[in-house]
Amino acid sequence: MISLEFLVASGIGVVTASGIFLLLRGRTFPVVLGLSLIGYAVNVFIFSMGRLIQDAPPILVNATRATDPLPQALVLTAIVIGFATTAFVIQLALRSRYESGSDHVDAAIPEQSSHDIQNNMKDQP
Amino acid sequence: MWDAIVNFWQFHSPVFSILLPAFSAFALILVGYPSLDSHKHNRRLRTSRIVGLMTTIVGFLLSINLVMQASDGDINRYYLGEWAAPFGIALTLDRLSALMVLLSYLIALPVLWYATGGWDQKGRFFHAMFQFQLMGLCGAFLTGDLFNLFVFFEILLLASYVLLLHGQGPLRFRMGVHYVVINLLASALFLIGLAMIYGNVGSLNMVDVARILPTLPAEQFAMAQSAAMILLIVFGIKAAIVPLSFWLPNTYAAASPPVAALFAIMTKVGLYGILRVNGTIFAAASASANAQLSSWLLPIALISALFGAIGALAARTLGRLVGYMLLSSVGTILIGITLFSTQAWSAALFYLVHSTLVVAAFYLLAEWVSSQRSTVADALYPTFAVKQARLLGALSLLLMMMIVGLPPFSGFLGKVMILQSSVGLSGSGIIIIVILLTSFIGLIAMVRAGIVIFWQSEKPIELIQTEDANQHKHKMAPWHLPSAFLCLLAALIGLVVFASPVKQYMNATAIQLKDATAYQHALLQYDKNNDVISERLFDPSYLPYVKNMQGTTISEHTDSAEIVVQKNDQLIEDAVQVKNPTIATNSTVKTPQLPKEVTSKLEPAGENR
Repeated sequence: MISLEFLVASGIGVVTASGIFLLLRGRTFPVVLGLSLIGYAVNVFIFSMGRLIQDAPPILVNATRATDPLPQALVLTAIVIGFATTAFVIQLALRSRYESGSDHVDAAIPEQSSHDIQNNMKDQP
Repeated sequence: MWDAIVNFWQFHSPVFSILLPAFSAFALILVGYPSLDSHKHNRRLRTSRIVGLMTTIVGFLLSINLVMQASDGDINRYYLGEWAAPFGIALTLDRLSALMVLLSYLIALPVLWYATGGWDQKGRFFHAMFQFQLMGLCGAFLTGDLFNLFVFFEILLLASYVLLLHGQGPLRFRMGVHYVVINLLASALFLIGLAMIYGNVGSLNMVDVARILPTLPAEQFAMAQSAAMILLIVFGIKAAIVPLSFWLPNTYAAASPPVAALFAIMTKVGLYGILRVNGTIFAAASASANAQLSSWLLPIALISALFGAIGALAARTLGRLVGYMLLSSVGTILIGITLFSTQAWSAALFYLVHSTLVVAAFYLLAEWVSSQRSTVADALYPTFAVKQARLLGALSLLLMMMIVGLPPFSGFLGKVMILQSSVGLSGSGIIIIVILLTSFIGLIAMVRAGIVIFWQSEKPIELIQTEDANQHKHKMAPWHLPSAFLCLLAALIGLVVFASPVKQYMNATAIQLKDATAYQHALLQYDKNNDVISERLFDPSYLPYVKNMQGTTISEHTDSAEIVVQKNDQLIEDAVQVKNPTIATNSTVKTPQLPKEVTSKLEPAGENR
């Protein structure tokens, strides 16, 4: 019988590993996906840090056992922030693709040195 | 009347310094961004400039007030929503946070003034994002709660993502993708660290965590310490210490000049995190943790300092040169932090102030110089002479002496203080060698840049120069950059002139940081047995402890039962007031309306004790 702790822990591990793999890809879309996956794994991790307690309410009124409500509040905050940052990074990736003509994270100009690019693209006020 | 206003102001000033930029930013979003082809353009732009500048000036005055409040040695707490410390979020105003807020505004005010000269038109919502950035900075420096620190980090990072892209262009987007992805990964690590701390310590209030840590069983203590190491990685990414610093020089060189100058404070947020979280909470928990942290950090700091200097030597543009000098100064500050003595911390803080100001000033100077070098801009290639050759040459010489740390200036004082504090420690020989070598290599890099820009130049061709100058005039107001630069230069010279009082403040700051019990007494509440009120089951009779009503604090010596009775009477009175319609409506809004069962439950609790 697999314990719930083992299941959750290995789930978090697998999702994090996939996230890191995607994060190391060269194109922006997998990178964004990787960041989202890591975000999900982190959220479940925060949640489980309040310990896994089954069948208990988060608010103790008359019950004898209760789950810790604080990690749930933390997760809510983290989800909101993660949502905003994901939206931003998707928009940024799209714009970067539009500006550079490539969806590579380095904007795929391997022939030119970074110095040349800087010179070409520096805006002259 | 006047006293009441002053008291109100003093009491609420920590939260005001966060709310002020926040509301200003919302207002600035409502003002909207100027569209270039409409006649409303000027009005909107002028409004947002005025609002932005006025808010920043008020915030600057407020931050001076914060330093004055903190300099008497008291640790001011501010319970948000009046929930007492370990239960709710507490803002902590001590010497360090007041100093950091003041430093942020010292940079922000000249930089914003410079940006109003024309850079703020190059993208949307510059002023709103600038205020959000300030809000995040103030919040991160003032908060006393680890999770709240994360939230304010996110606010300042989100603002910085947009500010980095300000002015747009493919290079900024490319660097923006790198910067955002790195920082989002750092945020994920931050959350993992925080969750581990909460799971093992059971609290997220900084002072409460510091109190509980030494009492933990060995297993949980080790887990909490490893969480602290994860946080160290996060702060290391922000501060750009060596293995995590490769993103910085290119990113900052790509940012528009006012943004790059403002970002001089961003690495200091990371250093602040290392000092506050790793230095005062986790390393202070046990001697072995302290030794472990400094054995890790000291080599990293030394390598960072050297790496920055060597990178500066290899830099081929002025922007990257300053970026690497910034890395080098971060390493130098970190050396001071890892020595863990009050003397070293005070020296590191002094150097931190110097380094922030000088790097911001240098980014402005680099823009000033490169705007007069037509085609090559800030690339370190010989070209035609700059227009104001004598003035710029003299200013560059001055600033280069400051950034490298040559004698009459504050960089020299800071480095000497760090060297002094290392005397007698085991690694002092290496520290002295590395700091001197760093300064020497930095000096060579600076001299090389100066020679290329000012000495290897040819006579300007009149035609190109005039055309360029005209173009320049239309876009940028000419006096904003020099005046902003001179403000920062004046601050740097002020740091030398008033070195003694500043150093005394830093000494007091370092001593205060080491005094964990003072923080406990200032932030946490104690019951009659002199135990910290940190864990309480849900019970209405504990309400007076958990929810700290304004003005009523629980003194250590009174019997807790008395307070409960007192509170009960007050609550019942309030409840009566609510029923009575003749009482002014103000009081009904302010008083907490407790349901009848709660008040009835409260009464026996008082008698039982």
